[in-house]
Amino acid sequence: MKKEKNVSLAQAKARSTARAATVFLIPALLLIAIFIIYPVIDTFAISGNRWNGISADRVFIGLDNWKALIKDEMFWKSFRHNLIVMVFSILLQIPLGMLLATFLDAGGKKFNIFKIIWFLPYLMSSVAIAFLFVYALATNGGIVSSLASIIQGKKTTIDLLGTAPNALYTIIGVMAWQFTPFYMVYFIAGYGNIDTSIYEAAIIDGATRWQYIKHIAIPLLGPIFKTACTMSLIGSLKYFDMIWNMTQGGPAGSTELMATYMYKLSFQQFNMGYGSTVAAGMFLLITAIALLFNKVFKVKEEY
Amino acid sequence: MEKGYLDDSDFRKAKIKSKIAWTIAILFACVQVTLTLTPFFFMIINSFRKQFDMLQQGVFHLPDPWYFKNYVDVVTHGFFSYFFNSVIVVAVSLVLMLAISSFAAYPLSRMKFKLNPYIYALIVAMMSVPMHVTLIPIFKLTQTFGLYDSLWSLIGPYVAFALPMSVFILTAFMKTIPKEIEESAEIDGCNRYQNFFKMILPLSKSGLSTLAIYNGVSMWNEFAFANTLIITPARKTLPLALGQFKGEHSLDIPIILAVLTLSVLPMITLFIIFQDKLVKGMMAGAVKG
Repeated sequence: MKKEKNVSLAQAKARSTARAATVFLIPALLLIAIFIIYPVIDTFAISGNRWNGISADRVFIGLDNWKALIKDEMFWKSFRHNLIVMVFSILLQIPLGMLLATFLDAGGKKFNIFKIIWFLPYLMSSVAIAFLFVYALATNGGIVSSLASIIQGKKTTIDLLGTAPNALYTIIGVMAWQFTPFYMVYFIAGYGNIDTSIYEAAIIDGATRWQYIKHIAIPLLGPIFKTACTMSLIGSLKYFDMIWNMTQGGPAGSTELMATYMYKLSFQQFNMGYGSTVAAGMFLLITAIALLFNKVFKVKEEY
Repeated sequence: MEKGYLDDSDFRKAKIKSKIAWTIAILFACVQVTLTLTPFFFMIINSFRKQFDMLQQGVFHLPDPWYFKNYVDVVTHGFFSYFFNSVIVVAVSLVLMLAISSFAAYPLSRMKFKLNPYIYALIVAMMSVPMHVTLIPIFKLTQTFGLYDSLWSLIGPYVAFALPMSVFILTAFMKTIPKEIEESAEIDGCNRYQNFFKMILPLSKSGLSTLAIYNGVSMWNEFAFANTLIITPARKTLPLALGQFKGEHSLDIPIILAVLTLSVLPMITLFIIFQDKLVKGMMAGAVKG
């Protein structure tokens, strides 16, 4: 008798917990459903149509868009650019952010001014950065060309954004300028999470600062490295804002990325059916690469 | 000779070594400072020039004379109306986002129910969905609901896309609050809702303020949604207004540099005031990685 009452009490408690959890979770789930999940599904649905996005003239054409996508050289070229951006972003931003964080962690409060200065680029909008660097890297009156002219003693122009191979690498450099501060703060937080007693114990045992960083701090930061790499990977595969305002994918498509290509198709040429296919293809590629990265990294961790 | 302890010369060597290491580190730090500040320096000094003085005087020379009218022109050409559009969108989105994500993080971090791990996984998985994939359907949605080309159209997407990361960080943060706090409150007769508002929410303040800074910066600077959903110039947010100014003064570089300077100034000011919070709340998210 008594036991039964206990069970029903536990059940009642579980039920009231479930009710409370539902109330608290509903707003978040609703917004995510409306603005993320439904649109992703809808993108795949639109990818089966020929449609300009405005008129009611929306024709179902099956997999024709997807067949076109597989043969679309511009799309694969954009994807290759994305991969280049991805590799260089991870190689530049994360080690540099780590290095800066290590310096700030070793220096403590008295280096606060460095932290403030180094963080500044992240506060600027991608649009503002794009415009600023269009002028700062211009052949006429830009920073680099002006410096080169001063050093050479005669008027020298270095065209960083106007020629094909240069433009993409210039953009990778500007992206590093913009995003390194983010990873810096992320690693500062990582260092802050390491118990100070670990550091003290290492120093008492006669370890130098460098030995502590190499043998204790960096291994402890492993999971943070992984997350940082995943963020940088996804970020560079969907990159859009700055390129759109800086080069619009030019010159001659040499800085075209998947996102800029998709935006051009959808909102400049109003080819929303095919634009959706590009968006959906982009989604599949990003998800596949992110999953692959996580899997490869996990195998590594086990050894 | 065997040495069981550090003698004086070892100590001195170590000291010299560490001095060299610090010198190299400081030099590297200064290079990084130069790389960071040069574009800002270029932007600020050239914003105080007349249109044609930039090439004549050389971009690195201080302006002669200092020309303040660029800033006057920017301010009198509607800079503040764009500015307030951005303030409204960011303020409303941030308040909603912080409220909704802390609502969601509370049961995920502190309640046992069957679906908990699945819902958490679903929300966290949303972090990797690129917003560009949703652009066309959201463009359609805003037209269906008659929100297209209004500031309100931005709030839904801004809140929704900031939620996954925020729920993730806040859940980790709320897990660090000791269980006893709720238990003692329950004994005092608080129910779950009172618990949340009286105990958990106030204790999560530092996590919330970090999220406010990060999401505030990215919402303030957001471009793709705003560029897609708003066309009327008077309703544009600040990042779009930069393009607007650039279109109107395409040959007057100094005046555009003045707009850029003005647009980043509020973010820099807020950052210098709140910079301590920036790292603290991020630590919760960095724990689990």
